[in-house]
Amino acid sequence: MNLDLHGFGPALAAGMLMTIQLALSALCLGLVLGLLGALAKTSSNRALQWIGGTYSTLVRGIPELLWVLLIYFGTVNAMRAIGHIFGIPNLSLSAFAAGVIALGLCFGAYATEVFRGAMLSIPKGHREAGLALGLSRPRIFIKLVMPQMWRIALPGLGNLFMILMKDTALVSVIGLEEVMRHAQIAVTGTKEPFTFYMVAALMYLTMTALSMVGLAWLERRASVGFARSAS
Amino acid sequence: MTWEFTLKWMPKLLQGATLTLELVAIAVVAGLILAIPMGIARASRNNYVRALPYAYIFFFRGTPLLVQLFLVYYGLAQFDVITQGPLWPYLRDPFFCAALTMTLHTTAYIAEILRGAIQAVPVGEVEAARALGMSQAKAMTYIILPRAARIGLPAYSNEVILMLKASALASTVTLLDITGMARTINARTYMPEQSFFLAGLIYLTISFVLVQAFKLLERKLRVNALQGR
Repeated sequence: MNLDLHGFGPALAAGMLMTIQLALSALCLGLVLGLLGALAKTSSNRALQWIGGTYSTLVRGIPELLWVLLIYFGTVNAMRAIGHIFGIPNLSLSAFAAGVIALGLCFGAYATEVFRGAMLSIPKGHREAGLALGLSRPRIFIKLVMPQMWRIALPGLGNLFMILMKDTALVSVIGLEEVMRHAQIAVTGTKEPFTFYMVAALMYLTMTALSMVGLAWLERRASVGFARSAS
Repeated sequence: MTWEFTLKWMPKLLQGATLTLELVAIAVVAGLILAIPMGIARASRNNYVRALPYAYIFFFRGTPLLVQLFLVYYGLAQFDVITQGPLWPYLRDPFFCAALTMTLHTTAYIAEILRGAIQAVPVGEVEAARALGMSQAKAMTYIILPRAARIGLPAYSNEVILMLKASALASTVTLLDITGMARTINARTYMPEQSFFLAGLIYLTISFVLVQAFKLLERKLRVNALQGR
C-alpha cells in the first residue's frame, strides 16, 4: 500500500471538504423544514396538520437514494420549463443543489418528529405565562419555546446528523465529486479498490467521530443549569 | 402520470420488488441471528468481552452502507487470495455481496437494539430467576431474552423499514431491485418523473404493509400489556 495514495490524496481531501459542505448545507435546509413541519403538525389548523403529516410520512417511506435520483433527474423537465419562462436556456439543478435538496428533505422529515416531541414536552404553563405577559404568538415561540426546545431536541438531531453525514455518500451516484466519487475515480486509475474504499471508510469514520465529539460538547453546553438525572 | 406507462412498466417494477424483498428478508433474519450473540456480548460486564462487538459496531455504524457495499463487491477483488480462493464464485455475485453487506450492516444496529433491550429488563426479574435456582444460561434463554425481544421489537421493526430503504443501494452494484428497475426504465423512456414516482409508490406500499404486520405481531406478543413494571 502506498502512503501517498498514488497522488490521489489531495483529491480525496477535497472530496472530504465537499462532503462536509454538502452535509452542512443539507443540515440548514433540513432544520428549517423540520421546524416548519413540526409547527404545521402541532398547529390547530387541519390543513396544515395534514400537510405536515403527509410530508413526514411520504418522505420517510421512500429511500434516500430514490429521492436523490428523483430530484436530480425528475426536475430536469420542470426546471427547463421554468428557465424557458425567465429566458434562461438549459436551467437545471446542479448535482450539489439536488443533493442538498434531497438530503435536506429527508433530514427535515425526521427532524419534524424530533421537534414535535420537543415542543410537546414544554409545559403549557410557559406559553400561558408568555400570553399573560402580553407577548405575541411568534415572540412566545422564538423567545420562550425555541430556546428550551433546543436542549430537548439536540440528542435526536445529533443522531439525524450522523445519518445525514453517511447519506451524503449517495450523492456520488449523481456524480457530485465528494469522498466516494473521488474514491471511485482513484479506483479506476489504480485498480486498487480495497485501498481506496477503505480510505473513504476511514474518512467517514473520522467525520462521524469528530461530530460525536462536537455534539457531546453542544449537549453539555445546552444542558448547563439542568441537573443530570442520576443514572 | 399516464396509465399506459404504468401498465407497461409496472410488471418490471414488481419483479424488482421481489428482489428487494428477498434482500431485506435475508438481511433482517440473518442479521437478527448474528446479532443475538453480539448483543449479549455487548451487554456483558466484562470489558474484554465487550470490546470486540464494540469495534464491529463502531465501524459498521460509522461508515455509509455504500462504502461497505463497494468494499465487499469491488474491494475484495484486489486480493489474489480471494480471487483464487474457494469463496470467489459467491463473492463475485452482486446479489450475494449485497445480501452479505446488508446483513453485516444491520447486525451492528440490531445488536445495539438488543443490548438496550437486555439492559432494560427489570433487575428484579433476573434476580427472581436466579433466586429460583436458574443458571445464568437458563435465565438468559427463559427470562431475559423473551423479555428483551418484546422490549426491542418496536425498535427492530424500525430497523426493518430502514433496511427496506437501504436496499435501494443494491442498484449501485448492477442489481435490478425496485430502484435499479426504475433507473433502467428511466434510461429507456427518458421519463424520470414517472419511473421514480412509481418506484416510490411501491416502497411506500411495502413499508405500509410491514408497519401493519409488525403492529399485528406486537399485539400477538402482547408487547404493550407486558411493558408495565
